[in-house]
Amino acid sequence: MADFEVVEVNTDLLIVGGGMAACGAAVEAKYWAGDDIKVTLVDKAALERSGAVAQGLSAINTYIGMSGRAAPAVGDETGQHSPEKFVHYVRQDLMGIVREDLVYDVARHVDSSVHLFEKWGLPIWKTEDGKYVREGTWQIMINGESYKCIIAEAAKNALGEENIIERVFVVKLLLDEKVPNRIAGAVGFSVRENKFYYFKAKAIICACGGAVHIFRPRSTGEGYGRAWYPPWNAGSTYSMMLEVGAPMVNMECRFVPARYKDGYGPVGAWFLLFKAYATNAFDENYIVTRKPDLEKYAPYGTTKPCPTCLRNHTMMLDMFEGKFPIFMRTEAAMQKILSENPKRAKHLEAEAWEDFLDMTVSQAVLWAAENVEPDKVKSEIMPSEPYLMGSHSGANGAWCCGPDDLMPEEYKADFPGGYNRMTTVEGLFTAGDGVGASAHKFSSGSHAEGRLAAKAAIKYILDHKDFEPSPRGSVEELKAQVYKPLKTFEENKDYTSDPNVNPNYIRPKGFVFRLNKIMDEYAGGIGWQYTTSEPALLRGLEKLQVLKEDADKLAAETLHELMRAWENYHRLLTAECHMRHLLYRKETRWPGYYYRSDYPDMDEQNWRKFVLSKINPETGEWEMFERPYIPLID
Amino acid sequence: MPSFVIVEKCDGCQSAPRTACQYICPNDLMVLDREKMKAYNQEPEMCWECYSCVKICPQQAIEVRGYADFVPLGASVYPMRGTDSVMWTVKFRNGLIKRFKFPIRTTPEGSIDVYAGFPPADRSKIGDNTLFSEPDTLDGLELATPKK
Repeated sequence: MADFEVVEVNTDLLIVGGGMAACGAAVEAKYWAGDDIKVTLVDKAALERSGAVAQGLSAINTYIGMSGRAAPAVGDETGQHSPEKFVHYVRQDLMGIVREDLVYDVARHVDSSVHLFEKWGLPIWKTEDGKYVREGTWQIMINGESYKCIIAEAAKNALGEENIIERVFVVKLLLDEKVPNRIAGAVGFSVRENKFYYFKAKAIICACGGAVHIFRPRSTGEGYGRAWYPPWNAGSTYSMMLEVGAPMVNMECRFVPARYKDGYGPVGAWFLLFKAYATNAFDENYIVTRKPDLEKYAPYGTTKPCPTCLRNHTMMLDMFEGKFPIFMRTEAAMQKILSENPKRAKHLEAEAWEDFLDMTVSQAVLWAAENVEPDKVKSEIMPSEPYLMGSHSGANGAWCCGPDDLMPEEYKADFPGGYNRMTTVEGLFTAGDGVGASAHKFSSGSHAEGRLAAKAAIKYILDHKDFEPSPRGSVEELKAQVYKPLKTFEENKDYTSDPNVNPNYIRPKGFVFRLNKIMDEYAGGIGWQYTTSEPALLRGLEKLQVLKEDADKLAAETLHELMRAWENYHRLLTAECHMRHLLYRKETRWPGYYYRSDYPDMDEQNWRKFVLSKINPETGEWEMFERPYIPLID
Repeated sequence: MPSFVIVEKCDGCQSAPRTACQYICPNDLMVLDREKMKAYNQEPEMCWECYSCVKICPQQAIEVRGYADFVPLGASVYPMRGTDSVMWTVKFRNGLIKRFKFPIRTTPEGSIDVYAGFPPADRSKIGDNTLFSEPDTLDGLELATPKK
């Protein structure tokens, strides 16, 4: 095996990740850090195009518009909203289970980040009188092809190139060996060079996105990578924090986006801006015809806007009855707009295509290949495979401290010191997809939340000036552990004539297929129409335990494959956490995301509360526990 | 094969230590065959078709062929990305061609000065719930707190 140089990085604040939350953290951290506190950002990819916004976006989905910069959305009286109203909306969308303090906190700061984006150069659509164009009540339209490039440039210019380490994959966080329950460092490796990275830090913001490829996707061939969320989001945020003892919350509250079939192009502009509707194969509008099916989910099922999961649910009920395919009626929507305003023809077509070209080019490729002109023909939509994430309409992530003026008293015992967005592990912060029970942040809210975490992290560092990190474990042991898959491959590869088939190891590709199959078949994936039960979950967990044993035999031929090996290990722990949460919550709270066949109803009386999980870092054992739901807003 | 490299156009970014596509790919997919001096996508089934490599290639040597398992042959979508706008050419399977131009940025590349116009940090405010750009970026509004 090659020699691997050890690169030791001593820093005060380590930001792990490079997406919206991490870039937000970078700009806020550096401001407060000045020249006497060192801030380092480490990204698995290149900051310019990393994270979920790498490809761009066609809208900013969280903008409150508190100061009146936005025009009203079609059907709204005003474009100027309040954090209170946002909390109502998010609570309703997530079927009554959100951390209202965290949601409110994002809402009161998110406009700050959006206004900075515009100042930095992000083009935002404007009305004739200069107001932001609303896509829907909370969204604004942007020309967002270079959204991430702009946000990354701000982070880079703030932090200085010398404090940004690219193409280094952090795979483990390290606790301190002297101070209990205290973060002290991290280890990772360069995916390009033979360099092992050993970080010592006084605080860490772990913000490396959600989890994709936990479940078997609908496209399993070359299109395996056409996940709705990016395939490089491997659950690293959740698994690395779990392994040092940080509790997760709401990990059962997965997200299933209904999108244009196969290409996974966005539907938001079609539903909200163009006012399109969807129908089943028999031209029935399932949102209308299935209305009585939602009454049992009152108050959420009978209040507008209809929660995302229940919109899925109505579509799924039709699909389960054989009334598929489901179509977005693009042709009807465009014809209606043009009949009212024929002059819009050219603009409207460009707007429709830009929606895909800015953020999901694959969908434009598919439309072109199927000769789809959206003003002439309808287009198929479908619910995707499940995803785990905390920034969209799913709410997975860590149990985090809220701001001192908003967090309920009942949670304060979990967070001595009260540092915003710190987990229960001292010095370990997170943001974006990493913060649980706080959905609907999207790109802008994730950036704002990164900033909140960063300011608190700098305060934490200042308050603990005398702390000298001494991470657990010797450098040599950690290095051997990180590179073990390379060694396993090297030592065993010559035993068989084809290195892909070898009884002594499992390559990352085979490993992830096995994980996907278990999750699909036992944890309510697409194959079982999102349905699971206690016996299925228990059997699935048995299989995951065996897969975990086999993770010891992951083998990698190259550094690139070593990255896949560690990503898939992170996926495994994230999947296990998800399954344990599915098992614990004995109700069907989010129909349309998943169904418990043994508890098919929502149980508002017993289950309007938070489910938490943690791994004891000393014993490796899982613990499940609860926290009460404390409302902040009436 | 999601992104693919046209042999005739790729020059391996000549003497650069790494190719532009290698530099940018968010999923570490693009590699250079040093013997042929041609880049290729080493794991097409992990490609998101994010077009980062297509947009950055100085030779316009990279394009995308839609995923084999659901995209019919014969179409193409190609961007020409400048400093302030992007021009897309969409070719349908039936030969129809559509062109779209969208702005991408309103300021010069590299020009962002994050802290310009904001006062230097006052550490006595580190415990406040306001961010460095506030109240300026809230258009002067005070930090919201819930109405009781």
